Parts: sequence; C-alpha cells; structure tokens
Amino acid sequence: MELVCPAGTPAALRAAVAAGAHTVYCGYADDTNARNFPGLNFSRAEMEAAIAHAHAQCAKVLVAINTFPRAGDPGPWHAAVADAAAAGADAVILADTGLLAHTAEHHPDLRRHLSVQAAAANPDAINFHAEAFGVKRVVLPRVLSVQEITAINREIDVETEVFVFGGLCVMAEGRCSLSSYATGQSPNMNGVCSPASHVAYDEDADGTLSARLGGFTIHRSARGEPAPYPTLCKGCFTSNARTGYVFEDPTSLDASQLIPQLAKAGVSALKIEGRQRSRAYVAKVVRAFRAATDALAAGRPIPPGTLAALTEGQSATTGAYAKTWR
Amino acid sequence: MDLTVGPNQFFWGAETWRDFYAELADEAPVDRVVLGELVCSKRLPFYQADIPGAVERLQAAGKRVALTSLALVTLKRERKLMAELFETGLEIEVNDLTALAHLPEGAAFGVGPLVNCYNEGTAAWLATRGAGRICLPPELPLTSVTAITAACPAPVEVWGWGRLPLAISGRCYHARLHDRAKDNCQFVCDTDPDGREVETLDGQPFLAVNGVQTLSAACANAAHQLGPLRNAGVSALRLSPQSAGFTAVCRDFRALADGRMSAAELSARNLPDAPGGAYCDGFLTGMSGVAWSQAG
Repeated sequence: MELVCPAGTPAALRAAVAAGAHTVYCGYADDTNARNFPGLNFSRAEMEAAIAHAHAQCAKVLVAINTFPRAGDPGPWHAAVADAAAAGADAVILADTGLLAHTAEHHPDLRRHLSVQAAAANPDAINFHAEAFGVKRVVLPRVLSVQEITAINREIDVETEVFVFGGLCVMAEGRCSLSSYATGQSPNMNGVCSPASHVAYDEDADGTLSARLGGFTIHRSARGEPAPYPTLCKGCFTSNARTGYVFEDPTSLDASQLIPQLAKAGVSALKIEGRQRSRAYVAKVVRAFRAATDALAAGRPIPPGTLAALTEGQSATTGAYAKTWR
Repeated sequence: MDLTVGPNQFFWGAETWRDFYAELADEAPVDRVVLGELVCSKRLPFYQADIPGAVERLQAAGKRVALTSLALVTLKRERKLMAELFETGLEIEVNDLTALAHLPEGAAFGVGPLVNCYNEGTAAWLATRGAGRICLPPELPLTSVTAITAACPAPVEVWGWGRLPLAISGRCYHARLHDRAKDNCQFVCDTDPDGREVETLDGQPFLAVNGVQTLSAACANAAHQLGPLRNAGVSALRLSPQSAGFTAVCRDFRALADGRMSAAELSARNLPDAPGGAYCDGFLTGMSGVAWSQAG
C-alpha cells in the first residue's frame, strides 16, 4: 500500500521522505494549487531539488495543480504542468476538465491523477476520465463508504487513492463555493477555503471568544474551551431555534484502523491531508502511518491510534468510510 | 436576452409541482425550461409520473424543454437513472460529468451550473464534445464570464435569479437537523419549500439547507448587471424556481430584458416573495458572493 504524504515546504518534503513516505505531493507557490497559503509551497528551483532528493531516496513526487484555471489567464496553469513535467514529477494531480485535456494533448507521457477536487464519485465518472484524458489514478471523494469503494474498484481499471488522515471536507470536493460566498476566496478559484485573512476573533468581558469569517459569527467558545479554526462547514449555526453544528462537528479524519478494509477494497494508495502543516507534524503522522502500512504488509494488526492529539478540535471521525450518518 | 427556468431545487408535493409547471407553461414568458430532479434521487418517485405531461404542456406553449441530470451521482440506481435520461430523446442538461459517460454519440446536451466550467479551455472541450449551451457556475466573476463567452462557440447562460446552489454533499442536512439518518429521512425536506434557513450565531440569515444541498439564504438577483452581461455576450439568464410569485419574476425579467422595466423596479416588486427577503449579486462584481451591489 502506497503512502502519499503532504509537503508544504521543501523541509516538510525531506521530513516526510525521512519518515518513510513512499510518495510526497506538493505544489507551486501560486494559485495553481489548492493549498495556496502565504509562506507555503515550492518555487521552480525548490521543486526540481525536491524531486531530485526524493528520487535519490526512492520516493515519488506528485505535483498538485488542482485549482481551476482563471478564465482568460490559463498561462500559469499550463506553465505549472510543463514545469512539473520538466522537473521530473512522477505525476500531476489535476481537477479542471480543460487542463486535463491540455495535459493529455501536450504532455501525453506525464502521468495524470484525477484530483479529489474533480469529485469523481462513481465508476462511470472515473471511467469517463480514464477514457477521455488517460487518467491513471483517481483520488476518491470523501463521501464514499468502504463498501462503495469496493464496488467502484470492481468496475474500473485505474488506481484509487483515498484520504485516511487530516482535514475533512463534508461537501463534495471541488463543488463547494461556501467560502467565496462569505469571503470572495474559494478552493476552486483561489486555492483557499475559509482563509485566515478573513478570520477575526472578539473576546468579550466573560472571556467568551467569538470567531468570525468574512464578518459572519460562526463559532463561540467559553473561556478555556478549545477554539477550533472557523472553517465554514464546521461552524456553529442556528436553524429554527436549534443551535449547533448544522453540517459537521469540528472534527478531522482518522481512518487508520480501516486500512486493512481499504486494502481489501482494492485501494492502491493512502493519502494524508495537511500541506499547510508543520514539518514536525508531517514527520509524526507519516511515521505512524508507515508503521501501519508496514504492519499491514507483514500481516500484523494496525497499531492503535497514537495520533489523537494531532487531530483538529481534538476529535476524529472515520468520516464516510463507516458511514454512521447514512 | 433569453430566459431559462432552471430545475426546481426543492422538494414539492406532486400537486404543487404539477400546478407550478402548468402555470409556467401557460403564463410565463420564458424561452426554455429545464426540469427534473437535480438534488436528491429519493424525491423523484413522488412526481416522476407527472414529468411527461409537464414536458408536453411546456412544449405546446412554445418553450424548449430539457431534463436535468442529478448533481451528485453515487448509487447504482442513480447511475441507471442517468443512462435512462438519454433514452427520453429530450435534450439533457448535464449537472454532473457522470452523465456524459452515458451520452450517445453525437447527442446534443446542455451544461448546467453545477458542472465546473471555470474557463474557456473547459468550455471549448465541452463544446467539442457536443455541448449546445453552457450555464456557468454562479461563483464566476464578470471578468471570467466575459472571457469564457468571448471564446466559447456555444451560447452562454448566467445565474439570474434565485437562491444560489453553493454546495452539494453525500450527507443530508435536513435529516441531520431532524436527528435522522439519511436513509430514514422520511422526506422531511418537503416541509421547507424554499429551503430551511440557517443563521449565524448573531442571528443573521446566512445559508439555507435543502436536503443534501446548501444554498445561499439571500436570493441572487442579476437584474442590475444586465447591461454588463449583455455586453459580455451572455445570451440567457437563468431563473431558479421559488414557491411563491415565480411567474411574476419571469414576467418582470422579460420586461427588464425588453427595456420595459428598470432593474430597481424589478427588485422592489419581487422582494416580498424572494426567498430570504434579501438580495445578493456579489459573485459577479462584489467582494464576496453575499454582497449586494445596491446596498445602501
């Protein structure tokens, strides 16, 4: 089972490789990738050096070019694909239909993975992308159960990669504009969701902390309570006098215990979210998951979760894989 | 400027559904109507038998008719539904690329606002594939609309009226708000004919939940952007159904497009029935989608 690990910086990439990542994914420092945060991502020279370093350690590098090119200005996206190919990337991760067509036409030898942002959630959509654009692997949306993943793998010829740890979209990925509705910045267009530049906190006299995103108050925590980052879909709202987490609790994904079932379901690669995370975080998570994939390969049980403290808001879920909400 | 009525996003009873499309056929001055189930396949059996009659009546009234695909296809029976759509012989509006996998060679299709057509590269690819018209995602700014329209061989349509479809999910938020599992939802979304409002912790209307879909609380209204949209080469506005006063919305947009009514008058006349009782048009020209160009 291939372990696909995040790197927001060259240092995080080296840490991930040292901790046992089979594959690292990263992006260029512009709005061509979906983690376009200040101080993150790779220059052209850094990407070349990072790919050379990873290859020397027998690890692969995937370059995420997974936002949707700005109309009238496809240049940066086309350049990112061309530069990733020239730098020796093992694959590019793409979401936009037009960019997939462009890449298939102009860089036919560059391996193409379908980003989760393309939200291909069934065998028909996956086979369609394989036939139309020669996609070799699809990153599955986080809306599917293990049973559904098993069924999908029976009907497709391409590899599947699934998220096992980190941030969790509750909407179909790539099909959500909640963030730009509130802030003007979205994952699809700007590579950011609920951006920190639009977050403000107010503390009142009794120590209650209110978190606002784009001016909308979407979380309050009493003094001493944890204050999770105000991501829109994990915010607290009121509907018909009922107040709570209307969409999802502030939780993150931990499917480490499901790795054997995912392997049985025919999944080729496990993906860890978190290109915005620190080098130390990446190293710790990668080490734990490498121990899990090694255990799987050796037929041993998966070591119990040691990553609880690293999950957002101190709570974790197996997400849709176990589908408790269905 | 043509007017297209988009598929009803909400879950209405069969009688309400029939009456709505009958009135639309008989009284609404629109060019094109897209109907069928967009949001949740579980709703379809409640009014599926009424679709052929509605199609016939709309066509008899001189309107062009298309059937929508689902917005998110996951289950086997949903895939089957997508394949069957093309057997109807009607034009299909694709709102999930899954539907393209079932497209018969050479069949014409339309592209709906829930397909990620963000740029001229994707628009060109879709047109090559047979897209006869493209309704752009509501998130796009006017600059993008202009760039795509200039390069796209197919006519381009833009979201003109109605609560904005902001997200689609595998989970049902109506069921969650009623402490029910999705598979045991008991069709509770039928209690909110324009979606269930979600407020911020300050009591500010913000979003609206509609089963697996999340919408804006405010009603998008592109009336004040008609000039720029026309200059950009946009050929149609999409009006999204609401439970009350929708024929009036259609009439007033027709009057606006024909130069017989001002945008200000249209906005004032239709505010009482607009879902959420507030407008937005910020995706086109504002700092954020929720912004309203006419705000004091």
